[in-house]
Amino acid sequence: MQQIINFIIRNKVFLLFLLLFSIALLFTIQSHTYHKSKFINSANLVTGGVYNTLNNASQYANLKSQNQFLVEENNLLKSKLYNSNILSHALTDTLNKSIYSSKTAHVIKNSYTASDNILLIDKGINDSIKQDLGVITSRGIVGITDRVSSKYATVISILNTTNKISAQLKKTNHFGTLVWNGKSSKEIQLIDVEKIAPIKQGDTIITSGRSSIFPKGIPIGTIKDFNLDDAENYYEINITLFNDMTNIEHVYIVKNNDIKEIKNLLNENNE
Amino acid sequence: MNKAIPLLVIRFIVLVLFQVLIGNHINFLDTINPYIYILFIIYFPVQNNRMLFLFISFLLGLTVDLFSDSGGIHAAAILTAAYARPVILKFSFGSLYQNHNLKLSTTDLSTKIVYISLVTFIHHLVLFSLETFSVSRTIFVLQKTLFTSIFTILLCIILSIIFSRNTK
Repeated sequence: MQQIINFIIRNKVFLLFLLLFSIALLFTIQSHTYHKSKFINSANLVTGGVYNTLNNASQYANLKSQNQFLVEENNLLKSKLYNSNILSHALTDTLNKSIYSSKTAHVIKNSYTASDNILLIDKGINDSIKQDLGVITSRGIVGITDRVSSKYATVISILNTTNKISAQLKKTNHFGTLVWNGKSSKEIQLIDVEKIAPIKQGDTIITSGRSSIFPKGIPIGTIKDFNLDDAENYYEINITLFNDMTNIEHVYIVKNNDIKEIKNLLNENNE
Repeated sequence: MNKAIPLLVIRFIVLVLFQVLIGNHINFLDTINPYIYILFIIYFPVQNNRMLFLFISFLLGLTVDLFSDSGGIHAAAILTAAYARPVILKFSFGSLYQNHNLKLSTTDLSTKIVYISLVTFIHHLVLFSLETFSVSRTIFVLQKTLFTSIFTILLCIILSIIFSRNTK
């Protein structure tokens, strides 16, 4: 017993180092698992408040480009409105369907250089934001909400190696999974697309609506290049994003009002 | 000693704010961000309680993690650098550094550069290994460590020169 205590006293610095290092490692491993970053996230009052203050001051620098985005979006919406009586159902159904409702939010912290990027927005439980809601801009998808506090929420960006979102070709219904290889903030990868899918450079990729987080038809990007995977059964496609992930200010949070019903149905099937 | 504690607290807060509000958004060449908060452990008094030193470093790293949504990578990295600091001090200033009542502002530039570079390199290596978290991308980790280290070392040396002038 004496010897054990002596050992602890002699190596107390090293033991403290080991203890703290394993705690840090635990947090790291948790953050690499989807939806598991329980303690260390920026959706709390202190960090959220600091970022909010900074954003209040710095958002003036981006006013010009953000106004441009809003004008572009207004144009798009107006053209849809004016053409709504002639155009088919397909063009107008993205956000107007009553099963999806949307809310606006500001991005108060953006990141795109790490391999697991997370954004912070200034809406939380008080604005009925929950986990697993889709976040989009007028140009395309941004990510999925994760941790929520009373006033803030973190968003797992599509530029995150743990993210998996269902997406499909615009022309046909062949679908795959969106992943990110962590290399460029302008590109994202679509994997597991069937070999028989007719893909061409420049084709548009949209969300498939299969996960019921995003509605069908939210634009993602265009095909830059593609090749078959090692087993030569599926395509791996590089996509150039429509969204400039480095410059995001106004976002929309999309909520599927039928999500409970859908989940219940799926769970019943599994049992 | 009474004077040193408020100084350390102020340094802690200023460095964290500087790191999360400015350092994390520099994005030089799209991917390179300097990690200037390691100046805290570089300038921590040489005569110290090692347990306390490790604990404060861990706290510093965890605070930066909290702001940048990165799990525990900064905490682990700065903890390793803090743990390795006595060895690095011995290597760069000779084994008698503790008797000399070493002060960084009075040492010459070349040894200071060696010291800062070693601390930075260890910190960045652990940081990016944990951030990438995959053995198959070791080359990528080393690349990122090298480029970011150069940027951080440059900034640290410039900052240390600017702030040490007053004390002479």
